[in-house]
Amino acid sequence: MKKTVSLLAGAALSLGLVASANAATLKMAYDADPVSLDPHEQLSGGTLQLSHMTFDPLIRWDKKLGFEPRLAEKWERVDPLTMRFHLRKGVKFHSGNDFTAKDVVFTFNRLRNSPDFKGIFAPFTELKVVDDHTIDLKTAKPFPLVLNNVTYLFPMDSKYYSGNDANGEPKDKLVKHGNSFASRQLSGTGPYTVTYRQQGVKVEFTRNSNYWDVNSPGNVDKIILTPIKEAPTRVAALLSGDVDFIAPVPPTDHNRIAKKEGIDLITMGGTRIITFQMNQERVEAFKDARVRQAIAYAINQKGIVKKIMKGFATPAAQMSPWGYLGHNEALMPRYDLKKAKQLMKEAGYENGFSITMMAPNNRYVNDEKIAQAVASMLAKINIKVDLKTLPKAQYWGEFDARAADMMMIGWHADTEDSNNFFEFLTACPDTETGLGQYNSGNYCSPEADKLMHQANAETDPKKRAAIMQKIEEMLYNDAAFIPLHWQNLAWGASSKVKAEPVLNVMNFPYLGDLVVED
Amino acid sequence: MIAFFIKRLAQAVLVMFVISLISFSIQDNLGDPLREMVGQSVSEAERQALRDELGLNDPFLVQYGRFVKNALQGDLGTSYFFKEPALDVILGKLPATLELVFGASLIIIGLSVPLGVYSAINPQSLFSKAVMGISIVGISVPVFLTAIGLIYFFSIELGLMPSYGRGDTVEILGLETSLLTADGWSHLVLPAVSLASIMLPLFIRLIRAEMMEVLQSEYVKFAWAKGLMTRRIYFLHALKNTMLPVITVGGVQIGTMVAYTILTETVFQWPGMGFLFLEAVNRVDTPLIVAYLIVVGAIFVITNTIVDLIYGLVNPTVKLAGKK
Repeated sequence: MKKTVSLLAGAALSLGLVASANAATLKMAYDADPVSLDPHEQLSGGTLQLSHMTFDPLIRWDKKLGFEPRLAEKWERVDPLTMRFHLRKGVKFHSGNDFTAKDVVFTFNRLRNSPDFKGIFAPFTELKVVDDHTIDLKTAKPFPLVLNNVTYLFPMDSKYYSGNDANGEPKDKLVKHGNSFASRQLSGTGPYTVTYRQQGVKVEFTRNSNYWDVNSPGNVDKIILTPIKEAPTRVAALLSGDVDFIAPVPPTDHNRIAKKEGIDLITMGGTRIITFQMNQERVEAFKDARVRQAIAYAINQKGIVKKIMKGFATPAAQMSPWGYLGHNEALMPRYDLKKAKQLMKEAGYENGFSITMMAPNNRYVNDEKIAQAVASMLAKINIKVDLKTLPKAQYWGEFDARAADMMMIGWHADTEDSNNFFEFLTACPDTETGLGQYNSGNYCSPEADKLMHQANAETDPKKRAAIMQKIEEMLYNDAAFIPLHWQNLAWGASSKVKAEPVLNVMNFPYLGDLVVED
Repeated sequence: MIAFFIKRLAQAVLVMFVISLISFSIQDNLGDPLREMVGQSVSEAERQALRDELGLNDPFLVQYGRFVKNALQGDLGTSYFFKEPALDVILGKLPATLELVFGASLIIIGLSVPLGVYSAINPQSLFSKAVMGISIVGISVPVFLTAIGLIYFFSIELGLMPSYGRGDTVEILGLETSLLTADGWSHLVLPAVSLASIMLPLFIRLIRAEMMEVLQSEYVKFAWAKGLMTRRIYFLHALKNTMLPVITVGGVQIGTMVAYTILTETVFQWPGMGFLFLEAVNRVDTPLIVAYLIVVGAIFVITNTIVDLIYGLVNPTVKLAGKK
């Protein structure tokens, strides 16, 4: 008996040794740490990064913006209003509870009550349990983005979040501000559990030893995330070897990191579009399409990308980035100063006019410098700009009040779909439906709106793509807004960290699959 | 003495009240806290509902009245970001900031007195001139530049020092401190040096100027004539009188130093309350901002009280309560 025990112990020991031989610790620094451990509290990049580390979605985006099965093994359309998902069997939560359809329903209902996420789940009418591992997701109308939106469904452990906590509050209560059970601890199915957390200082993740995805190449058994707010300090921490992986990397430091031996710079064309909107309610001249076109011709997107963004952005002539269905290859930046001046003359504004402009100064990469550049470009067609830049905390109030004639706005489509841009940025503003919520220009094209609604009901991707590309073209010809560029994404990593395969343009690295070499 | 304390206490309460009123009335200009709490696609109606829930739509006086009522019971509000009482959050970060101020004070006191005295005694020496020259540079370089320069040189190029953060901590008497671990000290050096770099030149120059003046005074001349030992003249008679204005300035400067920790802590990602404050401003975490200002106000009042007490010890002619 004793011998068996020691044999077993020996086996366990050698197993442990094998595991630790290629297990690695990753020290990483982001500009911020997650606001909360509750995946439904805030719809933000930080929350999604955390969700992909500690939970698993039903399906997730792959590098080419296709879909990859995760907790849903496969799915099929049953009828135009129903999508059926077959759930993975034998998956356990961190708590040890089994993952079943019940957890998906629990999470679905919770998402529909989250102020941040309810918009994404509004098109769905019902989630029906067929059996323990099969569910039917129903919509009221044919809906093309079922799969896009399901990437936001990260099943939570319904048993773990049931009952009341020490304060007598329900454990699944969603609190935006204040202490709640779900904001302090979590139980998901994901590759990591949170083992230590001091908000704003450090989060430690430990590999989930029962992770269902045994085919994942990931060998990182511990991740230490430190938020480092200041970009130069973050870069210094990477260069000095104090951390192995950082994001984001400011454009000014790209060269330094790329040149340094033993450290890699990884960049990707991002999906966040930076634009200026021209307020037609405040400025009579902006109602004239020729004036808007003149401005579009006067802005040198390539120049801004080259001089200000140091090449780490992609000049844009539309909102949809490459890879989106609505991306229209034919639309190109159209810098032509002569044409711009001629258009101003035709519109009767040869001598120009004066406008006010506002932009944030700590929201987007180089936002203030970009605004200054645009202002000086407009001076060349005699539009005098009175520019004011503000910290983002104050900027959004001004933006909501439409406080300037031209305002900057950057946008990333939560659904990774072109229609999201149209709905928020260019649709005719309507407080009732919430459309055009961020359309500070008050641009309104009923024709484009009609196509947008059409695309919302079209489930054939090819036809949808054609419709949305048409909208982009219409907006381009009408110069509805001034597109500038898509912000690139950049990460810095020690060469032993094989980060590239797990990174993506949505900026939520799949760290569960990360390989770190010795 | 008791009268002095009561007077100080009354002053402190008044100061806190004024600070709370000012910080409370500017909070509307800091931005909309809701923006930081919700994602960009959340509708205006949802935001208004949350604002109602937080009581942000109430009139100013109602909000302030609620705040004062809670504050009198020791509750300065709950931080939106940390979801904990704002005062607890700040007091939790206070030890880290005090460590930094302590480290910087050690450097300032340890260097400014000998350097100031030396350059006062030997104003013409090459070393004194070098010290004066360097101190001019030191006083004009902004602290974040000094900090980044130090990181670049000592962390990246030489690899001697950690580039960011606070080192390992140990708990002693219920307080977390990194002053008792080697790792803690190695993390403290660069931030403390950067923080000291602003004040050090000022103190060297102040001590030098005061000392030179004192050395010209009648009683020092008399001491020379009496044939006292050189050391006794410089360090007992002259230095003690030099220190009077230095202590006054020092007391005020400790407050300024707490303010400068905002910059130093931000560059070094030092988890203290200065960094916390800047982050709170960025996130429009108004309860935390108000609580921070009140706590810093308290620190000012306390340090000034202590300075007055020390002043009385050094210069017995000063009466604390004042003459009636």
